[in-house]
Amino acid sequence: MSAADVSGVIRFDRVTKEYPRSGTALQEVSFRVAKGEFVFLTGPSGAGKSTILRMIYFEERPTSGLVRVSGVNSEHASKREVSKLRRRLGIVFQDFRLLEDRTAEANVAFALEVTATPRAQIGPKVSRVLTQVGLASKATAYSNELSGGEQQRVAIARALVNDPFVLIADEPTGNLDERATRGVFQLLREINASGTAIVMATHDLDLVRHADFRTIELNRGQIVYDSAEPRAEGA
Amino acid sequence: MRRTVRDTSAALERSPVLTALSVTTIAFSLFAFGLFGLVALNIRNALQQVEERVEIRAFVADGTDAESIAAAAGDISAFPEVQSVDIVSKDQALARARKELKEFSDVFEAGVLPASIDVRLKPGFRDPTTVDRVAERLRSYPFIDDVRYGQDWLVQLYRLRNIAGVAGLALGLAFAAVSVIIIGATIRMAVLARAEEISIMRLVGATDGYIRRPFLLEGFLKGVGGGLLALLLTWASMRLVDQYLNFHTVFFSASLAALGVAAGAFIGVVGSAAAVGRHLRGL
Ligand SMILES: Nc1ncnc2c1ncn2[C@@H]1O[C@H](COP(=O)(O)OP(=O)(O)OP(=O)(O)O)[C@@H](O)[C@H]1O
Ligand SMILES: [Mg+2]
Repeated sequence: MSAADVSGVIRFDRVTKEYPRSGTALQEVSFRVAKGEFVFLTGPSGAGKSTILRMIYFEERPTSGLVRVSGVNSEHASKREVSKLRRRLGIVFQDFRLLEDRTAEANVAFALEVTATPRAQIGPKVSRVLTQVGLASKATAYSNELSGGEQQRVAIARALVNDPFVLIADEPTGNLDERATRGVFQLLREINASGTAIVMATHDLDLVRHADFRTIELNRGQIVYDSAEPRAEGA
Repeated sequence: MRRTVRDTSAALERSPVLTALSVTTIAFSLFAFGLFGLVALNIRNALQQVEERVEIRAFVADGTDAESIAAAAGDISAFPEVQSVDIVSKDQALARARKELKEFSDVFEAGVLPASIDVRLKPGFRDPTTVDRVAERLRSYPFIDDVRYGQDWLVQLYRLRNIAGVAGLALGLAFAAVSVIIIGATIRMAVLARAEEISIMRLVGATDGYIRRPFLLEGFLKGVGGGLLALLLTWASMRLVDQYLNFHTVFFSASLAALGVAAGAFIGVVGSAAAVGRHLRGL
């Protein structure tokens, strides 16, 4: 439809990231993610998966090269622009990052309250996403009363509540058993099917193999394989 | 805004010990400041009253004729520093001494006390240097025997006021700095207690300004609380001094008191802004 579809909602152009102490985490990484695409990021520990994800939500900026996410540019983005962008992204982690002293619905509502959402809209939005992740019946349960799989669903509901164009997931099933993993992954597929792009870092090669999604493999800060490219150079 | 208020009151409730600690430290800093201020204020007040009574008395040699005295008095009243000149004859001097020192009224005999020219200076010319200068000019009249004024205690009082002023300022600034550091430390603890919440807020796109707001309000309220408490303590100690030393002290005017509370609020806000700013920059 728009130009963004062709050029990608996420663009990395020769992105290099060096950390002061640990050296080069990413080296000349380039890729694009199209609207609505599902992308796996794989590779050994320390390969740079989390670093890429943190750059997508501008928690880190490249040492050189350029990151562009939905028109926000790593060279010029102000703090305010980054905050505004994050309202249109969904982010989930291995460790859920929920507030333990609050209920499931309060955790989801939190994302709306702190971003100046009109009060009247909060209730309906929260129940919509809790229903979407299959937790409508646990809305008033405290997060420490929920299983790991349920907690991750609450986290996903929180990530979805602002209708993001992309969901960023850093090993979302890393802390879950096999059954919960399948459930959460199924949920992510449904979310993707409804049009939200997903970039997911994972160690679970089983999951990657059984789903037929684009896979970018990293090693030592470089892309060694991208299933969307006809053939990665070298081998 | 509603959320800011709710967060803030929740924060204050959640850590009553920390809250009490920050309020009392601010209160004590401002209290110390207030005590010095009060001392300086009272010295200044006393000085003003004393200054009003500053009088230079030039004693006239016996046998000087009345015309010379009147002419000199006319000259003197034309000095720019001079407010009024009174000629006190020997008889008047005797009457005044008898009245002021009733117990010894029979000791004074007519003719013992000299006549004098009493000079009062205009406000603003009652400092030791000016008084000295005028006294010197009075001495230059040949028929003036002696010139008296309370030179020693006047100089002492002035020195005391300057010391109190400088000490109050220096200590006040030092205490204010300490308060900023202490409130900063307590707000920092509050920030760390909510670090998880803050990181989630940032993740879902809350602005730094939004994150900062409840902490600034918290600092502001603690500062105002500390300021009010300091005011109460200062007032109570003044009453104590009044009662036990039987010494009438003046208290701060309403606007000065309000300024003190505002200073507390300022300290609270600056301290918390520094603490939150440091936390947000470190992320
Ligand atoms: N904040 C940081 N400061 C310094 N070095 C860092 C930081 N974050 C990551 N690194 C380094 O960057 C490299 C890539 O780390 P990254 O977390 O992106 O790897 P990863 O692929 O996500 O690994 P894992 O699978 O273990 O999560 C590592 O060498 C790591 O030590
Ligand atoms: Mg990682």
